[in-house]
Amino acid sequence: MGANGKLKVGMYWASSCGGCDISLLEIGPRILDLIKVADVVFWPCAADFKYQTVAGYPDGYIDACFYNGGVRNSEQEEIARLLRTKSKTLVAYGACAGDGGIPALANLNTIAAIYDASYHSNPSIENPDRVEPQSHLDTPYGELEIPRFYPAVLRLKDVVEVDYEIPGCPPQADRVWETIQAVVGGAVPPRNHALRVGCADKVVCDECLREKKLKKISQFTRGHLFRPERDWCLLEQGILCMGPATRSGCGALCLKADIRCEGCYGPPANAEDQGTAMIGALGTLLDATTEDRAQELVEQIADPTGTFYRFSFSSSMLKVRK
Amino acid sequence: MTSPHVKTAEGYRRISIDPVTRLEGHGKIDIFLDQEGSVAECFFQVPELRGFEKFCEGRPVEELPRITSRICGVCPEAHMMASAKACDAVYGAELPLTARMLRELQYNIFYVTDHATHFYALGGPDFVMGPASDPALRNLIGVIGKVGLEVAGQVIKCRAWGHEAAAIFGGKPVNPVNAIPGGMSKALKPEERARVEEICRFMVEFGIFTLKLLHDVVLANKEYVDLILHGPYYHETYSMGLVDAQNRVNFYDGKVRVVDPEGKELCKYSPPEYMQHIAERVEPWSYLKFPYLKAVGWKGFVAGKDSGVYRATPQSRLNAADGMNSPLAQAAYEEYFETLTGDKSGRKPVHHTLAIHWARCIELLNAAERGLELIRHPEITHPENYRVVCDKTPSEGIGIVEAPRGTLTHHYVTDEKGIVRKANLIVGTTNNHAAICMSIKQAAQGLIKKGVTVTEGILNMVEMAFRAYDPCFGCATHSLPGQMPLTVRIREWDGTVLSEASR
Repeated sequence: MGANGKLKVGMYWASSCGGCDISLLEIGPRILDLIKVADVVFWPCAADFKYQTVAGYPDGYIDACFYNGGVRNSEQEEIARLLRTKSKTLVAYGACAGDGGIPALANLNTIAAIYDASYHSNPSIENPDRVEPQSHLDTPYGELEIPRFYPAVLRLKDVVEVDYEIPGCPPQADRVWETIQAVVGGAVPPRNHALRVGCADKVVCDECLREKKLKKISQFTRGHLFRPERDWCLLEQGILCMGPATRSGCGALCLKADIRCEGCYGPPANAEDQGTAMIGALGTLLDATTEDRAQELVEQIADPTGTFYRFSFSSSMLKVRK
Repeated sequence: MTSPHVKTAEGYRRISIDPVTRLEGHGKIDIFLDQEGSVAECFFQVPELRGFEKFCEGRPVEELPRITSRICGVCPEAHMMASAKACDAVYGAELPLTARMLRELQYNIFYVTDHATHFYALGGPDFVMGPASDPALRNLIGVIGKVGLEVAGQVIKCRAWGHEAAAIFGGKPVNPVNAIPGGMSKALKPEERARVEEICRFMVEFGIFTLKLLHDVVLANKEYVDLILHGPYYHETYSMGLVDAQNRVNFYDGKVRVVDPEGKELCKYSPPEYMQHIAERVEPWSYLKFPYLKAVGWKGFVAGKDSGVYRATPQSRLNAADGMNSPLAQAAYEEYFETLTGDKSGRKPVHHTLAIHWARCIELLNAAERGLELIRHPEITHPENYRVVCDKTPSEGIGIVEAPRGTLTHHYVTDEKGIVRKANLIVGTTNNHAAICMSIKQAAQGLIKKGVTVTEGILNMVEMAFRAYDPCFGCATHSLPGQMPLTVRIREWDGTVLSEASR
């Protein structure tokens, strides 16, 4: 805490989209209350603190640091280590820092394949000399550096000790505000390795207002190919909604727009692997009495990997392709 | 983070700004000075890649509006809409009027929110407080102190109401999820319509107010006008923007028009033709590509008619169009060109980088007016026509919108089940990548010279060169009390610190 009695807070974005930073602003006018009790000492998207400045802070200088985004390159790991040293409490903020998020779908691909799409084979690229970004490059003026691209998206807790995690893509404002109030009021749960806060212990289905007719799934289909019935459970209508295998806390907002749950709040409280949790849930929901019938239904699922692990591939038991 | 052991060639000094801050995304600047103290070279590097194009492969195409919206959480609506339009094309879906209007309405409301946050919290403080003013106050907190809580309250209200509208349409206020192949996931209910109209009405008033503020604070100040017109912020480049059938600015739909530095049309293309006109270059020192105009060719980081470098900014959109589709914005458009080129028709383009801020305010008002027009359309709440069911065999499609920070192109190829086989994305800011590098270098060269002490104010004026392009989440700045230090070290080639400037 600073001499002025205020908390020192930081926020960093790594392999992320900026939506987490925006989500912090979603607390709206309440942010005026926040700045009465907290000073920002690092927040690249919004304030002019440089890495050198942070490196000069004493260890443990930052009371609470929110790190959003996964760890995709050497710089993001370096900053994670720097912020761990400089922070009393380090929070993995959002789906990417906690479980890899959408960018972790790239773990299904090799670096060579990613570079090929980005720098060679895509149709608008003109690159006859097959130039690729180099982490070190000599110019007549001196060396230029960019970070090394890692073979996979790692979670924050894969590289440093994490105290808490707030799930969501992005975390919803009311949950964020409750968490901030708990931190400011000292009402945080005991510091624990990557303990999930800012969410509830149920699953999204428990927050969803759509009617469940307890009808078993007789076929899988896709939402743009028919008009789903309003106010009726999408999963029972054959749309692969991740609600049963996704932690609650968001308020089932996507379902209110007649869109299936994508799973952004990550695995349920007692599961590490969201895909396994979904397969378990489907086991009781399929209209299949034989193994063959179950197999037939499962084969109707378009892209099971990318659907079950849309936001949590870095936490999955599946192997990374190197 | 640049390693302290990084070598600088003998005879040069390096100024590193790492990371670049108050910018949407990651970036750093290395400026190399010769022995005289003049800028020899300058690199703006983007140190990150996520590889969306590759991992979109294998995904069901209808998921891409919600996957690609995670490219940017600041403008998720832009990716969602470009992606949904590409999906429509993949399925050959013809959208009903209501579906098209709902998309454009949601998109215009998003535009107001996005432009407002940039103007008030990111670009604005440089002018309201002054480019070389006390850096501790050169942010929204300072702006509030100077112009009063009432203005701040309006800005917060604009953001909050904009996100309320996003949630009405798309469930979530950040990363809404509602654009699907064939239209939208839900109809707009009559009671929702009333609230959205109230939001749009407020936004038009807010747009008028914003332009007045810009006049009072910036254009009435001779020093700022001099800086805009005669400072080191000027490139004559090609201009790109989406236009409707009457060549008026449209953010959601139309053809991409490109005009040369004199204002003459180079090309006007529909989304499926983009590859005939745009190519992308790769440089070994950055993860981000450099698009350029194919017809002109890549001639390096230079401006002018012979260089394929183009800009796709609010100013470029005004340059590329013949006018605006709403009355108040049209009047503002005419005033803009009359003031800056002497010709209110807009035929002669504006090339002053800092005047992009002004163009952004005109677009803000236009988006609000257009939103109000759409929400009042009797068909907007049609209970069925918010979508069509996709019933054709999917194959290939291209969708283009104007993101706030540039023309955004999504191109997908799928198999017969609609599983993505190839995705190509040319993203808003990427269009401006070469021009941003040039603007930073130009500002550095114009401001850092032999005998000039590199002060914090000068460094801020270098940063103003890229700030004009990039909306970022300026809104965040209003949560920043107190000192915002920036330390820049100038090192001799052997690494010894020559001088240090801090704020």
